[in-house]
Amino acid sequence: MFLPSFDVSILPMPITKEDVKYIAALARIDVPEDKLEGMTKSLGGIVQYVEKLQELDVADVKPTSHAVPVGNVLRPDIIKPSLTNQEALAIAVEAKDGCFKVPLVIE
Amino acid sequence: MNLHALTAHALLDLFKSGKASAKEAYEAVVGRIKSIDPKVKAYVHLSRSQPHYAGEFQIPIAIKDNLCTKGEEITCASRILKGFRSPYDAGVIERIKKSGGSILGIVNMDEFAFGSSCETSCYGPTFNPWNLQCVPGGSSGGSAASVAADEAMWALGSDTGGSIRQPASFCGIVGLKPTYGRVSRYGLIAFASSLDQIGPLTKDVRDCALLMNIISGYDERDSTSVNEPVPDYTRALVNDVRGLKIGIPKEAFVEGLDAEVRRAVESALDLLKKQGAVIKEVSLPHTPYAVATYYIVATAEASSNLARFDGVRYGLRVQPGKVRKNALVDMYEETRSKGFGDEAKRRIMLGTYALSSGYYDAYYLRGQKVRTLIKNDLDQVFKDCDVIMTPTSPTVAFKVGEKVSDPLSMYLSDIYTIPANLAGIPAISVPCGFSKSGLPIGFQLMGRAFDEEMLLRVSYTYEQNTEWHLKKPTI
Amino acid sequence: MSQFETVIGLEVHLQLSTRTKIFCSCVNQYGCAPNTNVCPVCLGLPGTLPVLNHQALLYGIKVGLALNAEINSFVKFDRKNYYYPDLPKGYQISQFDFPVAKKGYLNIKSGGQEKRIGITRAHLEEDAGKLVHDNSGSCSLADFNRTGTPLIEIVTEPDLRSPQEAYDYLNTLKLTLQYLGISDCDMEKGSLRCDANVSIRPVGQASFGTKTELKNMNSFRAVKTALEYEVRRQTQVIIAGEKVVQETLLWDDEKAQTRAMRSKEQAHDYRYFPDPDLVPFTIDYKIIDGVRAELPELPQAKFLRFLSQYGLSEYDANILVADGGMADFFEAAVKEYPQAKKIANWLAGPVLMELNNRKTPIQELKLSPQGLVTLIAKVEDGVVSNLVGKEVLTFMLDEGKGADEVIKEKSLAQVSDDSALLAIIDEVIAQNPAVVEQIKSGKPNAAGFLVGQAMKRSGGRANPKKLNELIMRRITGV
Repeated sequence: MFLPSFDVSILPMPITKEDVKYIAALARIDVPEDKLEGMTKSLGGIVQYVEKLQELDVADVKPTSHAVPVGNVLRPDIIKPSLTNQEALAIAVEAKDGCFKVPLVIE
Repeated sequence: MNLHALTAHALLDLFKSGKASAKEAYEAVVGRIKSIDPKVKAYVHLSRSQPHYAGEFQIPIAIKDNLCTKGEEITCASRILKGFRSPYDAGVIERIKKSGGSILGIVNMDEFAFGSSCETSCYGPTFNPWNLQCVPGGSSGGSAASVAADEAMWALGSDTGGSIRQPASFCGIVGLKPTYGRVSRYGLIAFASSLDQIGPLTKDVRDCALLMNIISGYDERDSTSVNEPVPDYTRALVNDVRGLKIGIPKEAFVEGLDAEVRRAVESALDLLKKQGAVIKEVSLPHTPYAVATYYIVATAEASSNLARFDGVRYGLRVQPGKVRKNALVDMYEETRSKGFGDEAKRRIMLGTYALSSGYYDAYYLRGQKVRTLIKNDLDQVFKDCDVIMTPTSPTVAFKVGEKVSDPLSMYLSDIYTIPANLAGIPAISVPCGFSKSGLPIGFQLMGRAFDEEMLLRVSYTYEQNTEWHLKKPTI
Repeated sequence: MSQFETVIGLEVHLQLSTRTKIFCSCVNQYGCAPNTNVCPVCLGLPGTLPVLNHQALLYGIKVGLALNAEINSFVKFDRKNYYYPDLPKGYQISQFDFPVAKKGYLNIKSGGQEKRIGITRAHLEEDAGKLVHDNSGSCSLADFNRTGTPLIEIVTEPDLRSPQEAYDYLNTLKLTLQYLGISDCDMEKGSLRCDANVSIRPVGQASFGTKTELKNMNSFRAVKTALEYEVRRQTQVIIAGEKVVQETLLWDDEKAQTRAMRSKEQAHDYRYFPDPDLVPFTIDYKIIDGVRAELPELPQAKFLRFLSQYGLSEYDANILVADGGMADFFEAAVKEYPQAKKIANWLAGPVLMELNNRKTPIQELKLSPQGLVTLIAKVEDGVVSNLVGKEVLTFMLDEGKGADEVIKEKSLAQVSDDSALLAIIDEVIAQNPAVVEQIKSGKPNAAGFLVGQAMKRSGGRANPKKLNELIMRRITGV
């Protein structure tokens, strides 16, 4: 019941290496050439499996974003203490002039 | 007297009668950790601070490495958070501290809770106290192993698709995933925001009720926290299931389920029937789609939740030696590529794909719709049943390394536990036997939203009529 | 004229002046030392969660109503996912398909014509932090004080047809929003920001041309100039037989030209999905009615009412309405002294000049409506001349004193006492026999010269009317 009932590797791969490169760039993850094939295969296998969901007719079904029906949660506009600059920068990788230092950002 | 081997409630009795002090208990557990953790490897590190020894529940507790604890290094078992010292306490940690809990240390998990075996941790795996060749389950593997090995009185874990229940079942202890919104998520490093819940891992059902009393309740810092009053869960510990209706989904007992697991769960069912429960066969027709739904919805949310790990403000930052694209993008890519393990990368990529342009409707939106169908199945069954019972996991603990290279087969070990997360309902795993090879087996009960009391009542009745909870591993 | 029609749409981001940020309780304040208004939530630390500021939601509804929009009864927040060092979570919490308001409009006047500009939507979102280039030039510095500031983004339909219209729209929008008291609407402080989308198409064509997005315009004037430049550029591109490339361009005000962004990633795949950490909101009509009841009279309605109720000229009404404080001041003054036109003249003239010189809002002037009325009455009653009255005003504002006090202290009262004046007049007459002859021979207008001379001798404090009267009587006996 749980595993696909046939060898999915015979199906055309739903994800190509180009797709993986695109997704990797979106996710800011570098997939080196030698790992690209492996990642494409394993992602492809999972995507193949989740294709199962296409079997269902969900035309009239509302999506569930929140399992428990909570709504209208609001906070009063009242100031609470912030961290001090020192506390904020205590976690910083690199800090300078009271700020978090990052590589030069070019627009 | 081996203080470390006691349950929390037994220890509390000793405190009351003056036969033991909280300090003695704490030191006994620390002694235990020092002697056997080199084998079990449940702990990432011991706490940096000493307990205050003040409060009603001064019980030594282990904290999963994804719960922000002020001053402690919290890393989600990932290189990318190496060195991150949390400047704040999670809501549950505040409650633990307020109740007097003594934090022993931070325990191991699968990296960012992505896993069912505790093998994807950057610190290496934790081992099952019942058989050190086997996994303790995941992602709360360290939490479960520490409790099973008496390296903690009780522990906190988190559950997104079974990460409390499955390791509890693999380690022969009790693990509860509360109703979504019952326990504050403020300070839980998020995996899948709409599925995550923090919950207790304990040696028996009474301890579970006690710890639930401490951690449950509304938190205004969590928009998904529900403002429902918290009952005294120990009042649900009643040895009586007469007339209660237990639903058995026919989809649960099919091929793929280990025969020994099946027998143990069926025996448990028989016992409850003898105690007066009414057994009903029910159907959850969309069960075959649960795993696929989960792996779309959970990874999509995770891919977004993990975007903040970018080397800018905290944790790991890696800059490659020479410029590839530009200094900033290079930093992002190098940090995240070196910081995340393979499974984390895989899930982030999958989640990104599910949300990406052109695929949102086919994957994420569809997944959320199938989630509705799964929830409806459960709501329908709960019209006539008080609890639903299934095995917790289709197998007992597998060997370390056995499933690591086959992610899909690893994902499928969550088949029984996932529906409760998708529907937001509470679920508990209770030990109900052992395989021939001596590995624990657990059954799962699912209940209606905010009806943890029913789960505790049925579990307690079962436990009081068996002795599984008294068994201990020899390490 | 041109064979091409310009099509412009504007996106305005407005910082809301709530006390705290949109999703956490840090103070919402501009100009503080870096990273001093931050907390685990707005820093995007692991494990933190957002909770919506009630006031931000109400302000959002207020803006929607002021823009004649429909307020959605079901509203939710979505994540807009992208990477940038000023974005701590790696996503911005915004609204995608269920914004606070939709399908509104703003009536503007441009080129003497009335025009209705459609407002597609207005939605709430959180602001990002600030990046500054370090002096060394080798790194950037991130300040997260601004992260989490509540923003409302107002998007127009592509209804604007010229850079001038865009400019007029922005001014009208700014004035309307200022009346609501929900933002200081200051482009210099960055509480109001504007991006523009612009394309051109052959006149008569129904479909739109390819648009470019313009960013980095720091004033309404810059928006107009940038749009003018871009329209010219696109026109040249098309006339040359080439195609306009869809891209984002940055306006360089110094060089007065646009340039492409250096980062290659132009098209973002934002992967919008509902934020699971925030719950949906149902806004029922009672809440909307409550906000509507608290809406102030908006500038356009006030303008029309000033025309009809007080009979003011459009010129005067415009000036008064352009500043809500001044409009209120005007009405309070008229209540004391029902001479609307006179009060309007004073406000639109001398008072406005004082405001411009002192660079303060009218609320901070040391002048009350009663105080102005007292001064005006003094001028009308002839106690001081109009000219002197302006001097009195300046003293009043400098010293925070009333008109009476100032006039007395500085002896500015117009001299109208006949005997005092006669002395001066006799001197003047004696010294100007030729002019006196002219008057005697039937040129009464020459008296003006004598009046001027007498005024000088009196240090400007003589009542000119009285002077004229007395001079004529002295000379002609009439």
